[in-house]
Amino acid sequence: MPGGAVAGDTVGPLLQVDRLSLVFGGLQVLTDVSLEVRPGERLAVIGPNGAGKTSLLNCINGFYHPRAGRILYRGRDITRLPPHEIARLGIGRTFQNIELFTGATVLQNLLLARHRHIRYGVLAAAFYYGRAEREEAAHRRRVEEVIDFLELEPVRHAVVGALPYGLRKRVELGRALATEPDLLLLDEPMAGMNVEEKQDMVRFIVDANELFGITLLLIEHDMGVVMDISHRIGVLDYGVLIAEGTPEAVRDDPRVVRAYLGEEVSA
Amino acid sequence: MTSSEDLRRMTLPQLLRHHAAGPRGAEVALRYKDLGVWQEYSWREYEAHARAFGLGLVALGLRPGEKVAILCGNRPEWLYAELGTLGVGGIVVGLYQDAIAQEVGYVVDHSDAVFVVAEDQEQLDKLLDGGDRIPTVRRIITVEPKGMHRVRDPRVMRFPEVEALGWHEDAERRGLWETLLQSGRPEDVANICYTSGTTGPPKGAMLTHRNLVTMALSFAEVDPVRAEDQLVSFLPLAWIGEIDMSIATALVFGLTVNFPEEAETALRDLREIGPHVMFAPPRLWEALTRQVQVKLMETTPLKRAAYRLAMAWGGAVAERRLRGQRLSLRDRLLQGLGYVLAFRAVRDELGLLRIRHAYTGGAALGPDTFRFFHALGVNLKQLYGQTEISGFSCVHRDGDVRFDTVGRPIPGVELTISPEGEILERSASVFLGYYKDPQATREALRDGWLHTGDAGFLTDDGHLVVIDRMSDVMRLADGTLFSPQLIENKLKFSPFIREAVVIGHGRPFVAALLCIDMGVVGKWAEDHRLAYTTYTDLSQKPEVYALVAGEVCRANRDLPPAARVRRFVLLYKELDADDGELTRTRKVRRRLIAERYGGLIEALYGERGERVPVRATITYQDGTTAVVETAVRVEEVPVG
Repeated sequence: MPGGAVAGDTVGPLLQVDRLSLVFGGLQVLTDVSLEVRPGERLAVIGPNGAGKTSLLNCINGFYHPRAGRILYRGRDITRLPPHEIARLGIGRTFQNIELFTGATVLQNLLLARHRHIRYGVLAAAFYYGRAEREEAAHRRRVEEVIDFLELEPVRHAVVGALPYGLRKRVELGRALATEPDLLLLDEPMAGMNVEEKQDMVRFIVDANELFGITLLLIEHDMGVVMDISHRIGVLDYGVLIAEGTPEAVRDDPRVVRAYLGEEVSA
Repeated sequence: MTSSEDLRRMTLPQLLRHHAAGPRGAEVALRYKDLGVWQEYSWREYEAHARAFGLGLVALGLRPGEKVAILCGNRPEWLYAELGTLGVGGIVVGLYQDAIAQEVGYVVDHSDAVFVVAEDQEQLDKLLDGGDRIPTVRRIITVEPKGMHRVRDPRVMRFPEVEALGWHEDAERRGLWETLLQSGRPEDVANICYTSGTTGPPKGAMLTHRNLVTMALSFAEVDPVRAEDQLVSFLPLAWIGEIDMSIATALVFGLTVNFPEEAETALRDLREIGPHVMFAPPRLWEALTRQVQVKLMETTPLKRAAYRLAMAWGGAVAERRLRGQRLSLRDRLLQGLGYVLAFRAVRDELGLLRIRHAYTGGAALGPDTFRFFHALGVNLKQLYGQTEISGFSCVHRDGDVRFDTVGRPIPGVELTISPEGEILERSASVFLGYYKDPQATREALRDGWLHTGDAGFLTDDGHLVVIDRMSDVMRLADGTLFSPQLIENKLKFSPFIREAVVIGHGRPFVAALLCIDMGVVGKWAEDHRLAYTTYTDLSQKPEVYALVAGEVCRANRDLPPAARVRRFVLLYKELDADDGELTRTRKVRRRLIAERYGGLIEALYGERGERVPVRATITYQDGTTAVVETAVRVEEVPVG
């Protein structure tokens, strides 16, 4: 059973997706999708390939701008904001295909993720005095805490491109955590991993939520994982949100069974 | 300076106190890499933590003589827990981190531990999984906070919580720590070290403060250490070798102990520390050798050539130095040149630039690895000993290193060989006995001698040569001991020989039943235009016999004359687990083989050049059987 930090109903939603529609040319990707993410919860979005899951995340962090509908973060409309502004507001993101600087080390990648927190100016940076020096030490400390949390010490100085896939996924999560997000969008964090790597990743994700209070919006294909760790699940099918609720409710929902899970659940 | 007699009268926590209260109290005692930065702890901080933890245990009800088990990696908290426990009169039981839940449960239960220090959730799970197995445990104290928010067991406490209890206790009962500390006596048991026997459950060797302190002092008489020496602690602290280094030697001489960040980063962190003294099992030295070989493949041809040249010089010089010969001016020049050219860089890369004394022990280290380190100028020496004598009893002296011996006894150790060929030892470091096992204690300590269970002999100049475990050695008709396993491993080093069974117990000489490696020998046969049909056919070709005879001859070269293989036969079939000849882990079943191949074995000790007709039934994988008829030849190995 999922435990830990589930927010009470008294608090308003952290993120509100309101009747979102996204169209690429003649293709209707998302239709009237409405979804709420509550502070502190772990919300999973599932659905078959091409259901629009990644597109939904891309709308939230500003890569795509929807044709209709609004996205509110802490009550503020962020629908039209560019991605870097949204990141600065505290929405972090990992990518299905891993977006890291492959020629740089793990440490350098994580330090780069601290960019949104850098306050000192060009001049201070150039001469590395006063504020720049103090801040850099603090950034390094934060990054080292992430390294400790994700057990990345052995590969701290390894070049990312040379790391095995499972570890790169972990570094990708580390990059997102180093930005100190309040809301973290995870796009298939467990895809392509072996059982052991998946177990580690699940532990890291759940700990990030329970220890640091980071709210999670997660896309994942592994049903076992999703059912295990999610407080709530939303189901997308052809761009339409066909169900939303607790894992148990979603699993038993006939529409979901029909549309997505098929024989697997009824068997 | 405190005399060694004074030191001998102190317990380990009293030694800690001695350094903390002394003029070096503010100097670095421990270093631990945390969050990527080396954090330093002075002797005073070390004692303060031990004090807090020890008194915390007292507040939780620890009584003198009760046991505290520690299941943790190498980090300051192990030492805080160890010295805290010892300081308040408890006894420490170290556990191996890689032990499975069942083994952990056995030791915790057998040792009657009332508290367990567990590093993290993984270790905690091992204790909680077997819940009812450890009824004596009152509290489990965890070190690493990660994942602990999920743990609900009321017995689980955090390390800092125990220390906070200790500080409170310290304020309430002023002087308690000092009182408990001073009431400790050197003859009290400090550690119970569980040794993994090859048969039966592990046994807990009880070692006193005096055992351990004496060990550190005697050993330092051979190879002196200095207060500014750096140690790196990354081998299990449950292991006697690491206790001797990071606890006993560090506390007696006030050395700094450095803990790597993680087990995986140990080799890299080693380089950042550059230890002066290091003791590690063969596998670590082999790992370092491999590391150099890998780097060598990646480097430029010029650097590779420079390395090869320097190593050739270094090897030649090392050979002379090891034989105790005087180095000529040319030798010194070449050595210096080699240092500039390659050794400095390689040793720096390995973290061995500052190493003064390096030791290997626990198992045999190949001569090539030995030569490699000596060529580099690393003073690698063999140690011999066992938990029951607090670690070490023999070591090579500088300038008297031989690959086939384990050196000479250290001061204070008397060593002799029993009529049966067993190594017997006597010293102030010999343990008290096995915990709750008087039977095993009586067997180990007979007539005042520690019976090591190892077979060995002393050379004319007093070096000890270890043959094998007593239970595994065999004896020729004239009484000479030999280790079949050692010979078999030497034989199997040849790619052409897949299995080897050495015989000779009660016989005039050593002989072997060998199985060829079908793939390798088959390839060799093709390359030499030698036609064959089946395994049986191939194995009995005269050319193959000649080939294998050459291999046996080569293996013989590394063996003492009496242990050399004089005759062998090539078996007409592979030894197979399906036929019961091997265990599933490919260990040979000697008794069964001796019965099944009795005829062949008789022939091995019969007339020269005999051919033995064989009729045997072979079981195939699908269960069908076939009868093989052939004549097996007994081959004489040329003496060379």
